[in-house]
Parts: sequence; C-alpha cells; structure tokens
Amino acid sequence: MTGRRPSPGSLALITGALVVLGLIVVLPLIMVFHEAFRLGAGAYIAALKEPDAWAAMHLTMLVAAIAVPLNAVFGLAAAWAIAKFEFRGRSLLITLIDLPFSISPVVSGLVWVLLFGANGWFGPLLQDLGIRVIFNITGVVLATVLVTLPFVARELIPLMEQQGADEETAAITLGAGPWTTFFRVTLPNVKWGLLYGVLLCNARAMGEFGAVSVVSGHIRGLTNTLPLHVEILYNEYDFVGAFAVATVLAGLALVTLGLKSALEWRHAGELAASRRH
Amino acid sequence: MSRALSLAVAAKARKPWRKDSVLPGFPLALGITLTWLSLIFLLPLSALLLRPWELGLSGFWTVVTDPRVIAALRISFGAAALAATINAGLGLLIAWVLSRYAFPGRRFVDALVDLPFALPTAVAGIALTAIYAPNGPLGAPLAELGIRIAYTPLGILLALIFVGLPFVVRTVQPVLEDLDREVEEAARTLGATPRQTAWRVVLPALAPALLTGVGLAFARAAGEYGSVIFIAGNMPLRSEIAPLLIVIKLEQFDYAGAAAVGLAMLALSFTGLLLLNSLQGALARRGRA
Amino acid sequence: MSLVIENVAKTFGDHAALDGVSLEARQGEFLALLGPSGSGKTTLLRVLAGLERPDQGTVRFGGEDLLTMDARARRIGMVFQHYALFRHMSVAQNIAFGLEVRPASTRPSRTQISARVESLLALVQLEGLGGRYPAQLSGGQRQRVALARALAIEPRMLLLDEPFGALDAKVRRDLRGWLRRIHDETGLTTIFVTHDQEEALDLADRVAILRNGRLEQVDTPQRIYEAPASAFVFDFVGEGVQLPGDVADGMLIVEGWRTPAPADAAPGPVMMSFRGVDTDLLPPHAEGLPARKISVLQRGGSSRATCEVGGRTLVLEVPQSLAGLGFEVRVAPRTYLLHPR
Repeated sequence: MTGRRPSPGSLALITGALVVLGLIVVLPLIMVFHEAFRLGAGAYIAALKEPDAWAAMHLTMLVAAIAVPLNAVFGLAAAWAIAKFEFRGRSLLITLIDLPFSISPVVSGLVWVLLFGANGWFGPLLQDLGIRVIFNITGVVLATVLVTLPFVARELIPLMEQQGADEETAAITLGAGPWTTFFRVTLPNVKWGLLYGVLLCNARAMGEFGAVSVVSGHIRGLTNTLPLHVEILYNEYDFVGAFAVATVLAGLALVTLGLKSALEWRHAGELAASRRH
Repeated sequence: MSRALSLAVAAKARKPWRKDSVLPGFPLALGITLTWLSLIFLLPLSALLLRPWELGLSGFWTVVTDPRVIAALRISFGAAALAATINAGLGLLIAWVLSRYAFPGRRFVDALVDLPFALPTAVAGIALTAIYAPNGPLGAPLAELGIRIAYTPLGILLALIFVGLPFVVRTVQPVLEDLDREVEEAARTLGATPRQTAWRVVLPALAPALLTGVGLAFARAAGEYGSVIFIAGNMPLRSEIAPLLIVIKLEQFDYAGAAAVGLAMLALSFTGLLLLNSLQGALARRGRA
Repeated sequence: MSLVIENVAKTFGDHAALDGVSLEARQGEFLALLGPSGSGKTTLLRVLAGLERPDQGTVRFGGEDLLTMDARARRIGMVFQHYALFRHMSVAQNIAFGLEVRPASTRPSRTQISARVESLLALVQLEGLGGRYPAQLSGGQRQRVALARALAIEPRMLLLDEPFGALDAKVRRDLRGWLRRIHDETGLTTIFVTHDQEEALDLADRVAILRNGRLEQVDTPQRIYEAPASAFVFDFVGEGVQLPGDVADGMLIVEGWRTPAPADAAPGPVMMSFRGVDTDLLPPHAEGLPARKISVLQRGGSSRATCEVGGRTLVLEVPQSLAGLGFEVRVAPRTYLLHPR
C-alpha cells in the first residue's frame, strides 16, 4: 500500500480526496455534536435524562441483544455448511443470504406488516389469540433481524472458505468429536472474524430506522428505538433533544469504527482477505 | 440384463447432490440455515410477491402507473443511479489516494470512510438537513448564490451520495492494493505516461470491482429512507421517494397498494443489478479473450 | 498387524481415482505410494485414513475391517501435505490435542500429557520450541510438528501425504534420513505418498507404483529399478530412453540396428528401454544405434556426453579413450528391457 513521496500532482489528489471526505462524511458528524450543544451542556444533559430517551435506549439495547446473537448463530451455521462442504445449490444459498442487503429497509418492514398487520395474512388469527406483533416489540425485533441477517454470515463465509477444512480434518484423525472440533479448532480460528461480523451487525441493529419505523407504530416509551426517538423529537422541533439523542448513536458509530479498525490492523490475517487494508 | 444396465446407467447419471466429507454437522448447519432463512426472509418475501395481486392485474397496474407512484419511483431510482455514478468517481479518487499514497493520518482517514455504514441513517439525515437548510452553515451561503439543496431533489442526491460512498471505496480499494505494481511499471517502461497508465492499464483492471461497488451503492440508495426523508421536503411528484410512499400507503391500511409499490421497487432494483451484472460479464469475457 | 487392501475402487464424478487396487503391507513396513499427480495415490491414502469412503473393496488391518470404522476411531496417524497445523495453538498444544480430546475415562493426566509432549518434542528434535506458534516455524519444523502430533495418539499406522512436498531440496534430503530413523525407532507400519521417484526408492522398503488408479508394480526399490514391470514404470523411476522396435526371426530391430533378441522375447512390435548408465558410447562405424553427440561435460577424471538417440536424449559416460570422437557416434545398451508395444 505505501510508497512514493507525494508529488505535486498526487498532493492535489490527496487534497481532493480529503475535501470530499470532509464535506460528505466528517461535516455531518461535527454538525451532530455542534447542534446538540447549541444551548450548552445543561440542555444537552437534560435532553438525555428525559425518561422517553431512556426507554428508547433500553429498547434499542434489548432489540440488539435479541437480534445479534440469533444472527450470529445463523451466520456460524450458514458459514459452516457453505464453506466446509460442497453441495448443489450452494451459490444460490449465498445469493439468498446476501439479498436482504439489496432490499429497501422500508420493504423489510413492510413484509412483516403484510404477514402480521391488521390486514395481514396472519393478522386476524393473531388478533383472535390476543397477540400483537406489529406496533409491538416483537415486530421491531423481527424487522431488525431481517435487516441484519447477512452481516455475520457474509463475514464468516469467505473467511472459512479461505481457511479450508484441513485443520478440522486433522482434528478428526486425531480423535476429536464434532463439537470438540468446532469449539477447539474452528471457532478459535474465526473468532476475530466473528467479532467483526457481530460488531457490524450490532451497529446496524441499533441504528436501523426504515424497517423499524414501519412496524413500530412510534409508541413513545414503548416501541420507540433511539433512531425513531430522534425522528419524533426532530419533527416536534425539539432540535437540541433530537441531536442530543443523535450524539449517542453517533458515539456508537464511532466506537464501532474504532473497534473495527483495531480488528483490521491487529488481526488482519484472521479476517476475510477483503477486510485487510 | 437390460434392467440391470439401465439401473447402472441411472446410477451413473445421478450425481450426488453433495460431495462426501468426513466433517460432521452438515445436516444440522444446513437445517439451521434454511429454517432461519425461510422464517426470516423467504416467508415474508413471499407475502410481498403475492399480496399485490389481490388487486388483480389491472388493479396492480393502476397502482404502479399512478403518476405519484411513477414520480416517486423515478426520483428514487433516478437519484440513486446519478448518486452511484458520482460515487464511482469520488470512490475511485478516495480508494486511489488511500492505497497509493502515504500521508500522515492515512489510517484515520481510511477508518472514516466507513462512517456512512456505521452512522444510523436518521442521524445522517438530520445532520445533512441542518448543514444544508437555508439557515445552515453551508445552506446559507449557497442560498445567497441562489442554490437550494435542502428540501429539493438536490438534497436527496446529496443524502444518497453520503450513504453510497463507502461501497465503491471498499470494493475498489482491495483490488487496487492487490494490483500488480509490475504491470504499471511495465507500462511506464513501454513509454506510457502516468495518465495513459491510469486510463489504459489500471482502470480496466479495476472495472469489475468498480461496477460491483456501483451496483451496491445503487441498490442501497434506491431503497434508502432514513437519511433522505428529513432533507427531501417530501413534496408529492417532486421530492417524494418511493419508500415514503409505502409508509404513506401503510398508514392508510392500503396493504396491497404498499406491497405493489414494494414489488415494483424490488423489480427495478434487480433489473438495475442485472444490467450491471451483464456489463460485468461482458467485461470479464473481454478480459479473458 | 498387517494391512490388507482388496479391490478398492473410488470414483469422483466420472473420473475413476482408484480402479480396483489390491495391496498388502506387513507390520512395520515402510511403503511408498508413487505415481504422477492424478494417479490415485492420495485418494488411496485418504481411504486408509477414513477421510474418503471407497465405492467398493475392503481394507483390513490386523484382521479388523477398517471401513466400518470412523476416521476418529481408527487411531491412524496422518501427516497432511500442508501439515494442517492448528494455527491458533502453540506447538505443544498442537501435539497434545489428540490426547486432550479423548473422553475423560481414557484421557491421560495433565502431567502424563505434558511428559508425552516433551518426549515427542525430543524425538522430532524440537526441544524448547513447544511455546512457539506454527507461523513462527520454518517449513521443516512445521513438518516435524505435524509428525509429532500424529505420533502423539500412539497410532497403529502412520500415513504421510507428500511429506516433503512443500520443502526445498536441501531440507528434503535432511528430513528423509531422519524420517527413516523415526520409522525404525517406532516400528510403525508407515505409508507415504510421493511423486518423487528418488525419494520413494531411497526411503521405502517397498514401492507401489500407481497409474490412473491402478497398481502398475509393487516391489522393492531395487527390483523396481532393475526390473520395471512396464514401460511406464521404467520411464517413471529413472532417466532412460525408450525406442519402438520389432522382434522378428529371433532378431531385435530398432532404428535400423539389428541385434539378436533375448530368447524369451515374443515376436511383434516392442518398446526397448535402457538407461544411460548401462550404455556404451562407440565409434561411428561400430555396431549400435545411430546417435548424435550434442555436448560433453568434463567432470574430474571422466566426462559425460549428452546424445540424441532416435529423437530422445540420453546422458552417458564417455571413457577417456573415446573423448575425441566426432559428432556422429553409435551407442549400444549392455542391458535393456523389452515390453510389448
């Protein structure tokens, strides 16, 4: 990657790239913090201490705590099947797993309403049973799970393919059983890749807006996640409140980026090849 | 005899659907994968594929040819295509700078590229709006020049550039890093100028990855909601995006109509990706020839 | 305990990797499976290890049917071509793995395991390197760790897949003698796969030569070299020349040269095989195969000539008296083999 000393021409390119990144990426981030502290630290803290903001924070963490482990197990299972075995339909399966990424978040919310909403396929049945899915935490969890479905799998599949099945085969000739092989050979080899996938999965789970917005019903203190709470406050012209809550999410994004970069630098060899830069 | 023969032929023709392996756990792993994928993705997706037809073919047609729907689809997909094209250039520039030059803070800048992935879209949306609103730090001077960004289609474009930028950088950068330096040096020794080397040697090698990145940025931008709705102004026929129309139809409990718009979006997305894919296929064939 | 392989066949798609292979190995024997790539030698090794299930045939070891046993249960040590070391474990952890994964009832105690690891480290001459990780070792060291790991489970048989394949020429030679010593010390039935004829002939008690999934010959290195069973084996195990000819009326005719045929030679088209070391260089008017001298290399007291015979290249010794010979020469093999063509 490294190389020549910047010449005047390359200096212009570097400056250009930094200006683009500054305007498009960095400026919005600065703006979040600037707006949040516009009325001083007191107003900022007051906005964060508000009970609805706390409830939103709790719900966001709860949803991520459910969705992320489920998709981590899914990702491990999918990567094990796809990377360690050869079977027909393998590439179709990879395509299917990647597909939720190309679908609008709003559509990822919509499909759950079509199933479980008042006019949904299973809507009347659920109503008779007295179960609410849409405009409820369940719906928020389902939408989040769908949106974050590919994250762990798509990190682990290339990594496990790269590593091949040699070490597992060796473990078996040495007498190791299936679970021993998985927990003592496979899992340690992919732990950083798994962490990487979980990290990105978690960031998206906590920050998802479109899909969750469709299913949640925006019930304050009940089905409002942090991003939805930002929207409500903003639409109520409580800009300091909206940006104050937004700083929490921006902080989460920065922590995620920091951890992600640390993983890329320190454990490059143990991530999928495309992550090493 | 003939029966035995035909059995033998059948046995030969029937390839096993999976290759033998000593590794354990295939049925369990595939079972978990397929079950989860079906419950979380395929079942809900089937609702999207089937429900629009409750309106009948003509009813479906009426919904998706409604001028407001057409305008929204045009805005979402047109702005997404434009944003992806702009991102091809910007992403290429950033990937080039990050992989070819050493400068202080390069790693920090590299990490920042992923911020649009990590920053929740709603946060990006309100921040971009605050910057480009007529009283914002950039919006105010631009307004004096007569340029309005927030609450116009330009705002939509800006938000879509924001969300799509990392896709191009992150698909091009590894290829650029792996690109054999000797090929460039060979071009130079053959008398090519740096510009010729870039256009005729490097860019063709990057083209497949660039197209992949553009495709990802396009798909993401076409369906984008959170970062757009704050800055768009959401004027029907002018700055209303397709996902917002789905939300509006759902609020009116028009499930079939919402599903129809969703299905139309899905179809347009895949058409776009298919086009990019075949372009990529053509490039790959040329590369082999 | 001897190994008896009978009529084993294995097909991948429509490619027959093994096509009815029968082979025996005595207790304590060091057997090489030699063949070009795609000959089925690695497949046969993987069948023995339980990593591949044959379509037909039986494999018995000490009277026990191996094919009904899981790879896990066979207690056969396998050294993989690229070693397959666990990259996240230290050398000592790698070696201990096979003991630590045993069920608690048969697992040795912690101290027993570490004692065993220490003695294996000593056996493979890696004392003091137990704490290193595979990435910190040289290729030859990794190879030895892989061997120690396979030996740790006290295997009943040892399998090695191209054990020196990934090493450079000098390391290969050093490890060769060392592996033979390890084999003699442990007394294990050992089977190794190689495509390097020199390695197989140097190291093994017997060599089994495979071609397209079939056994061409199983014999001692000496017999393989001196009495190859087919033109293929001759070609594979040493440098030499094969020329088409005919046997008729008790005479062998090759490239216009007529010489009395061996008494047992059947009339018809044949392939004559001979090596440079068994061949004399003669003046142009002598009886022999017409040849052209291409180059001469002076080395110490003798010189070696490279000649072209019937379009093939042959390297042979040139006696001092004939060093001055010109371009056109004759060559005559003192001994040669005939195989039907």
